[in-house]
Parts: sequence; C-alpha cells; structure tokens
Amino acid sequence: MSQLFLSRARSRRLYGALMVGLGGFLLLFLVLPFVALVLDGGPESIVRGLGCALTWPALRLSLGTSLISVGLVVLGGTPLAWWLARSRWRSARWLEILLQLPVVIPPAVGGIALLLAFGRRGLFGEALERLGWAPAFSAVAVVMAQVFVSAPFYLQAAVQAFGRLDPSLLAVARSLGASPPRLFFRVALPLARPWLIGGAAMTWARALGEFGATLMFAGNMTGKTQTLPLAIYTALELDIHTAQALSLLLVAFAFALLLFLRRFNRGPEVARRLAAQ
Amino acid sequence: MIRRNFVLAILATSTLAQLSALPASANEPQELVVFAAASLREVFQSLAPSFEKQHPNAKIRFNFAGSQDLGVQIDQGAKVDVFASADWKHMRLLAAHGMVAEPTIFACNLPVVVVPKNNPFNISAFADLPKATHLVVGAPEVPIGAYTEAIFAAAEKSYGKAFGERIRARVRSRELNVRQVLTKVAMGEADAGIVYRTDALTMPDKIRIVEIPAALNVLADYPIAVLKAAPHAELASDFVRLVMSKDGQRTLAAAGFTKGERQEAR
Repeated sequence: MSQLFLSRARSRRLYGALMVGLGGFLLLFLVLPFVALVLDGGPESIVRGLGCALTWPALRLSLGTSLISVGLVVLGGTPLAWWLARSRWRSARWLEILLQLPVVIPPAVGGIALLLAFGRRGLFGEALERLGWAPAFSAVAVVMAQVFVSAPFYLQAAVQAFGRLDPSLLAVARSLGASPPRLFFRVALPLARPWLIGGAAMTWARALGEFGATLMFAGNMTGKTQTLPLAIYTALELDIHTAQALSLLLVAFAFALLLFLRRFNRGPEVARRLAAQ
Repeated sequence: MIRRNFVLAILATSTLAQLSALPASANEPQELVVFAAASLREVFQSLAPSFEKQHPNAKIRFNFAGSQDLGVQIDQGAKVDVFASADWKHMRLLAAHGMVAEPTIFACNLPVVVVPKNNPFNISAFADLPKATHLVVGAPEVPIGAYTEAIFAAAEKSYGKAFGERIRARVRSRELNVRQVLTKVAMGEADAGIVYRTDALTMPDKIRIVEIPAALNVLADYPIAVLKAAPHAELASDFVRLVMSKDGQRTLAAAGFTKGERQEAR
C-alpha cells in the first residue's frame, strides 16, 4: 500500500508535468489553427488579400464602425458599470445578468431581435422611419449590431473593476471632502483604468469580428455595410484562398491593435503592485 | 482496495477497446452519409423512411448546408457517400479533383420574385420591381445572386437600360444565402426579393410569389453524385436511384422543383 503514496519530490514533479501538460494542450489547441492559417496562406496570400476588390472598402468600414462602437460602449458603459457596481439595490444584480445575455445568444438571433425592434417594420422602426431615421441596411445598423454584441465585455470588466476598488479608499476620499464627480474622475477612474482599457480592448476585438448580427440587421453591401468579416464570408463563396487572405489581414490587424493596447496599458504592473500591498 | 479498482478499470477499458475494434458484423446497421444542399432538407428527409424500409440494415445520416460549405468539407476529406449540390460550380470542383463519378441533374429550381404578404408597393409583375424602395437579393458570389444578376441583365435588354439602373439602385443588401433574402422579405424589411420557388413555398402565410417571365428567367440545376471514395457505394447508388425514381421525382415536384431533363454537365 505504501508505495502508492508518492514521495514529495515525485509529487512535485507530477504536479509540474500535469500543469505543463494541461496548459500546453490548450495553448497548442488555441494557437495551431492560426499557425495553419499563416502557413497555408503565406505572405503572398496577404498581398493577394490586399489586392482583392472587397478588401479596402471593408477594412475602412470595419475600422470606422468598430472604433465608434467602442467609443459609444465606453461612454455609456462606464457610468452604467459604476452605478451597477455600487448599487445595493437587489435588481442591479439581475440587471447585470440581463446585460450579459448578448454574449450567450447566437449573434444571428441578436440580429433578428434588432430587426424586430428597429427594423422598418419593427416595434420602434415605423416610428423612427416617420421621424426620418431608418437605421436598417446602413452603417448605423452596423454600429448598432456591434454595440449590442460587444458591450457586455466592457460592462463585465468595468463592473468588476469598480467592484474591486477598496471601499475604505473611497470612504477616505469622501471624508476628505471629495464631491461625487471628483470621487469618480479622480479616484475611481484612475484606479480602475487598466481593467477598463482591457475591457475596451475585448469589446473592440469583438466588434471588429462581429458577423452574424451585422449580416442580419445591416445586410451585406460593399462600401455601406460589408465589414471585413462579411467580406471574408462573401469571398469564401468565390474561393477559399481569397477568404484566407482576408482573414490573415484581419488577424494581423487585430494583433497589431491589441499589442498596441497592451503596451499602452500597464495593467499587469498595477495589478502586481496592488497584489503586493 | 485502490489497486484492485485500478486493475478493474484497466480491464474494463481494454475490453471496451477490443469491443470497438471488432469488425462490423453483417447485422450492424450501415450508415449512409448524404451531404445535400440546404434547400433539399424537406424532400430528402421525406424520402429517407422509404429508403430505410427498402434497406433494413441501412440508416441515412444527412448533412444539410450551403453547397459551398459541403463542397469544402468533402474536399477536405469528409467521409461521404452521396453529394447533392444546388449548383454545378461545387460539383464540378469535386469532379476536377477526381472525387465524384458522373454527376446527374436530378432537379431544377426556378427563381421567383417574392413580396411580403401585405405587399406594400403592390408588386404584381416583374416589371413592377422599380416601385419597391428596398430590394434584397443574393450576393453575386452565391448561386441565387448570380442568377439574379443574369435576370437583371436580361431585363435590362428587354425593358431598357433605365429599368436596369432603377432596380439596381434599389438593392439594399446582397445576402449570402437564399434564406436570408427570404427572412428579410417575410419580416417586411425588404419590399421584394428574388429566391428559388422551393424556398418561397415554405412560407405561404408570410409571402406572395410573383413569377418572373420565362424569357428573362434562368433554371438552376441540381446535380447529384456518388463519391468515388464512398464507404457504402452500393447503398449510395440505390439512394441516387430513389431520387431519380418516379416517387423521388414526385416528392421533388411537390416541393416546387421542376424536372431535370438535361443529363450532361455544362
């Protein structure tokens, strides 16, 4: 029986092997598809992607709409998250869950829901059309679809960031006479900043990759509503290599922007410093 | 105790492994894998019971999706017995790679104009299309979009250049498949669209069909073929025979397909 109990050294080795094995497994699984995409396409594939007629209008539209979407999400999401994180109102917890739903439902269903609400024959669509504002089949619809599917990522990060702030810190600031706006802008925002930027980056990435809701709600029109993911899917009908080239372009573009945000956002250092205290 | 359980577990797993390695016995059901275009779902599913009755040992497993997706999956090595495509493009690609033998046209599908049931712009003929403010059609990269483009070009020839320009200017979206066009018309988001007759017939309570003049219209061919690497080649040929049979053709006609007469791949 006793040989079943491992010596401490062996158990430590086993622990190490297990951690490396399991972690490495996931790492390989997540990275290999991208390796295959790059290997199969190669640099000349990116060049071909740049030459495709669908590319430039789609890239421009994707960049413009996704940045506007992130801006809108941060603008509305920051105060909403601040209120949600501090609210002692029980319904706030329910609301938090409700606001995560767009992550769970398939984006195409989200697109249908948007059509039912804001489409030409939708719940509010006819009233909006009478006011001379018809979002369906326009770049506005692209932004609406992106905001709908990507906002939960920022909200989640922001609620957690504000929730993690040391309440005694806020209490001290208040006792020193800080007004609510001052408390928010000078204490809460700077402390939560790394997580807010991280959440905004996730939201931006999700908005950039948005496909299903856009296709349903905004349609597919070159130069107007055809974002890069829609262009990729359209190109897939032409031939798989063009689609691959466009995908590489999207991946390279997203990687560069996420890398830039990472450099700019010193979240990990701040987190380590806080953890050390 | 621990060790005995461990041994038992090893024994159990090795027995399981042996069991699964046993050769398929004669009585074991054979699974015929049929990849078919999404528009064939209802028809093929209604043909399955009679096929399974004729072949008590066989079971059909369908995979319905866009012909493009199916073509790529087969090209990438999916184990498939029969491929039924909604156009020649993807069948021909597989033929060029030496993967299918002698595709046959088993049905044709006719594009039609669809309008929402309440028909807000009173479109009752193809020539009324410019009355609509929002047209939704297929993208030129997908079959229905290519056919729509051909129909628009023919209409331009018969009704004049201005007509062509007017309808093209009203196109608000070029969808990636027929169902998306149909959905937007059924929801009233589009005032009119162009889809296949078989798709139009699936939503009789939501949309109305407006025929396209025969002189302008095109016929979409549906080719079917047995894969050269089919695991169940004989069953696969039987399935193709069933589709071509009187019963099969009657079911197809009931769903709105037209008869496929031409045998030869263009």
